[in-house]
Amino acid sequence: MSTAASLDPTPKGAGGTTPQLSQLGQSGSRAAKNKIATAVMWLAFLVALVPLIWIIATVLMKGGSLLLDAGWWTQSQRGIGRKEVGGGAAHAIQGTLIQAFVTALIAVPIGVMTAVYLVEYGRGKAARVVSFMVDILTGVPSIVAALFVYAVWVTTFGFDRIPFAVCLALVLLMIPVVVRSTEEMLKLVPNELREASYALGVPKWKTILKIVLPTAFSGIITGILLGLARVMGETAPLIILGPYFRSLTTNLFDGLMGTLPTMIFAGRDNMSVDASAQRVWAAACTLIILIMILNLLGRLVGRFSKVKN
Amino acid sequence: MSSITGVSVADTPGPDDVTPAGGPEQRTPTGDGASTGRRGDMIFGGLARGAGLVVVTLVTLVGAFLIVQAVPALLDNESNFLTSQDWNVDSSPLHFGIARLLWVTVISSVLAMLIAVPLSVCIALFLTQYAPKWLAKPGAALIDLLAAVPSIVYGLWGVFTVGQYFEPVASVIQSVLGWFPLFSETNTSAASTIAFVSVILAIMVLPIITALTREVFAQTPQSHKDAATALGATKWEVIRTAVLPFGKPGIISASMLGLGRALGETVAVMMIVSSLPDGAPWDWSVFTGGETFASKIANNAGEFDNPSKTGAFIAAGLVLFLLTFVVNAIARIVIERRKAFSE
Repeated sequence: MSTAASLDPTPKGAGGTTPQLSQLGQSGSRAAKNKIATAVMWLAFLVALVPLIWIIATVLMKGGSLLLDAGWWTQSQRGIGRKEVGGGAAHAIQGTLIQAFVTALIAVPIGVMTAVYLVEYGRGKAARVVSFMVDILTGVPSIVAALFVYAVWVTTFGFDRIPFAVCLALVLLMIPVVVRSTEEMLKLVPNELREASYALGVPKWKTILKIVLPTAFSGIITGILLGLARVMGETAPLIILGPYFRSLTTNLFDGLMGTLPTMIFAGRDNMSVDASAQRVWAAACTLIILIMILNLLGRLVGRFSKVKN
Repeated sequence: MSSITGVSVADTPGPDDVTPAGGPEQRTPTGDGASTGRRGDMIFGGLARGAGLVVVTLVTLVGAFLIVQAVPALLDNESNFLTSQDWNVDSSPLHFGIARLLWVTVISSVLAMLIAVPLSVCIALFLTQYAPKWLAKPGAALIDLLAAVPSIVYGLWGVFTVGQYFEPVASVIQSVLGWFPLFSETNTSAASTIAFVSVILAIMVLPIITALTREVFAQTPQSHKDAATALGATKWEVIRTAVLPFGKPGIISASMLGLGRALGETVAVMMIVSSLPDGAPWDWSVFTGGETFASKIANNAGEFDNPSKTGAFIAAGLVLFLLTFVVNAIARIVIERRKAFSE
């Protein structure tokens, strides 16, 4: 097998441009099929780029100019009529960030420790059950998570719909992302490191805390950032648990809190009014930018990983 | 691991997979055997187990709460829950059934998969087999960016930008395939039909399926490809005979995970598809409106004012939960079987 690999003269990924020996003596229809396949693959890739470019161009053209206005980042929509120009999205940006932060505060410790359990402690049936449950959680639709929190928070306990309830629903969606990415990273930590630590008489928990987790640290951060990116764009839990609010507020436990998704959602009914429509597109643009920053940051941190996938 | 879904359909070997066919007992240094029984070990180990327990409890609670709150409404329901298409939950006795919701949910997701899976497989093949080196990585990152667009933006873009261009496409499909009940003509505007939301859903799950299948294709053993090349296969024949068979379980499970995502998608569906009036006759056509489980629940979020009414919607949510559960379980089983065979 190693000889076969070393005989291969074409480096991987360059096959499309390098003519292959086999192409010299092939029949016409086979060559034609090969050409068609190549064309189809290129076409598929280009087709997939269309929606990406289209979406980004749309939000930038229809709402991008508002983002250049300092007021967009510092003011709320308080007292701004739907036909009036002005106001900003500070309330919604702040709300989205606060909710994402609190969600991470709850979901990250649970997620990371579950991954530690699965990789370092879990054996046999119990570990398989936990792993299976994480899989189920991965597949839970956001509306079901929201409905569950509603069933507990509002129907059973009789509490009001408050921003913190949204965080609880988002926690359900973030935990599996953190668990899975942390788990993958912990698995990549070489066993030799653990063994070396044990050989020096370091107890298991210190080995995990001081050797395993730091080695996998950047990978774990990547997982957290990607998890945050996922929950920040979720709208379904907000529709059920966190209606839109136009003023700045930081209280998670009382009243309502505006967020970017609900700002878009609430504004979609006024798309025929120019001022409102521009705000909606600008909010969409802001949300995409926030999520893309998190994604890029996640990838960047992943590059500095000590363990390579 | 795929960077956008948190799940992997490829089997990344863990530290204990390095020794082939090793049972859990063989992994002595890191198992519980390495624990010293000190207080620190007990606390830390307890925390890890506790976190695992929290996850198990959460999932159990989700199921339990949905069932407990759905049962009273189901008992009070005078229509057949599975076959009726009524939805009248304002007064007791309730009349509600999920037939129409189930149909719209399934057909929109399946249509989306019919569009997304072939496209995603081609893109994944392009990125792993065809793309020149300078394009492979940035190309993959570009496709991943599609996953960074939140669903509400897809909905917004679908309704206010793309919708108008779907009109001519829909009329062509209707005039060519209109004889088939699924594509028969209706009065609904094309931009608010099930067919259109399927297109948007396809774009939404495309990056997920691409990322997962890409990972599997990249793992095709070089020896398989070399063997095919040595037998005189063209590049396409190498893909058909070596890469695709190797990646088949990966494609299936990636599609299932994508399907799970499409079934539960809420906001884009809610914004695009127009809901039908109560008592509308059954229509097989995908060029009509309707509601999925998720959009039905979200559309009525403002009306959860009494327990029995809420219970009806929770019952719908429960069915959606079960549906995605089954789909995800199939994906898991396919991955597990692949692992079993690939040793």
